[in-house]
Amino acid sequence: MKLPKDLRYTATHEWTRREPDGTVSVGITDHAQEQLGDVVFVEAPQAGRKVAAGESVGVVESVKAASDIYAPVAGEVVAVNGELSASPERVNEDAFAAWMYRIKPTNAADLDGLLDAAGYEKSAATD
Amino acid sequence: MLKTTPLNALHRAAGARMVDFGGWDMPVHYGSQIEEHHAVRRDAGLFDVAHMQVVDVQGPGARDFLRVALANNVDKLKVPGKALYSCMLTPEGGVVDDLIAYFFGEDSFRLVVNAGTAEKDLAWLAERLAASGAQARLTPRRELAIIAVQGPRARERFWHAFPEAKAATEPLAPFNAAMVGDMMVARTGYTGEEGFEVIVPGVRATATWEALVGAGARPAGLGARDTLRLEAGMNLYGQDMDEQVSPLDAGLAWTVDLASPRDFTGKAALQRDGQRQEFLGLVLTDAGGVLRAHQKVVAAGGEGEVTSGTFAPTLGKSIALARLPRGTQPGDTVKVMVRDKALAARVVKAPFVRHGKILVS
Repeated sequence: MKLPKDLRYTATHEWTRREPDGTVSVGITDHAQEQLGDVVFVEAPQAGRKVAAGESVGVVESVKAASDIYAPVAGEVVAVNGELSASPERVNEDAFAAWMYRIKPTNAADLDGLLDAAGYEKSAATD
Repeated sequence: MLKTTPLNALHRAAGARMVDFGGWDMPVHYGSQIEEHHAVRRDAGLFDVAHMQVVDVQGPGARDFLRVALANNVDKLKVPGKALYSCMLTPEGGVVDDLIAYFFGEDSFRLVVNAGTAEKDLAWLAERLAASGAQARLTPRRELAIIAVQGPRARERFWHAFPEAKAATEPLAPFNAAMVGDMMVARTGYTGEEGFEVIVPGVRATATWEALVGAGARPAGLGARDTLRLEAGMNLYGQDMDEQVSPLDAGLAWTVDLASPRDFTGKAALQRDGQRQEFLGLVLTDAGGVLRAHQKVVAAGGEGEVTSGTFAPTLGKSIALARLPRGTQPGDTVKVMVRDKALAARVVKAPFVRHGKILVS
């Protein structure tokens, strides 16, 4: 399983990366894209939207199935990766580069509550 | 414990993603469902469909029995090797299963039925056979395996792998089959492309598959099989029709012979009920998601339902088959409820794609 050690993860298969400006990038894991198969549609939340931790905020659809994207922490959506609406296959090509949206966390410390690579690997193995 | 086909080990060795498909451990793709789909539209793909069930119907009265058991009329089968697509119906006119019947002689027919319904079909056929009084026997041929090779270059690649079969199979017209030794080769398929469905003894399935791969056919999983059949406007049993749905409401009126005086199971119900809904294609015109089975459709004449939907790789758009209110026509615009959004879709006549060409705009 491809799992960068410097990222934090959710049990619902999102990865998160703390950016230098304090925002947090969110995408879906390599494991998730592999389960979904060819991704054909990504709908990220609109910039400006206030989201709660664990809230369903978007959708990623493959040829096979639709799957929700959840907010890893509470905060405000500040940017959306527009490239993915034209080229959703980027998610399959490199899931950890294909960030879907960025969030400004209400409380930066909330990120510490997310899973590390080993924790995610364990979680993903049991679902 | 999942059932396996004789090709299971080959799929696993090829790195296929395996899924539980109606109790069978089957490959959904070998890496990319979309690339496998394109391989079939552009060249040649190879499908393990050995989970499907071959049933031979042999002996006196075989034709009389099938004349009553099938909604299509086996009297259309006169030339040995000729195939016929048909439904079997409940007395209430619902679809028990859809199948292909092959004719080899007055006392010799072969049926190919769906995997998920095989046990039910055999019980249903046995019951009909007993009621008919015919002396014919039903023999499920579990030792046989079906492999489909499909695509514009499929036949060429098949002949490259099996040059000895070329003389007997090159003259085959669509929907005809020939026996070549113990191999049955039928010019049929479920993709909207040229190709063959090949029935071989299960013990030879691996060698047959490897020979076709060696000749350049690309293994394709059930994922591509589904997007290909949907683009080709072909129904899937259990999704587009089942025992609660009349073939007349599933776009299958062309497979039901109501014109001949013969009686068949379900005929009275079809004549009583007639067609109650339209069965047409949809092309999603709004961005915002993918059409999927069970989504609600809002048309001018009332509500309908998507029965099969997907992203269609050849069109680069989402398409669907849907049951719609009577009077809905190709060219109409309807709304489909995709999660919390009402997205516009255009009503079209299926198929969407045939022989590599897009037929809808």
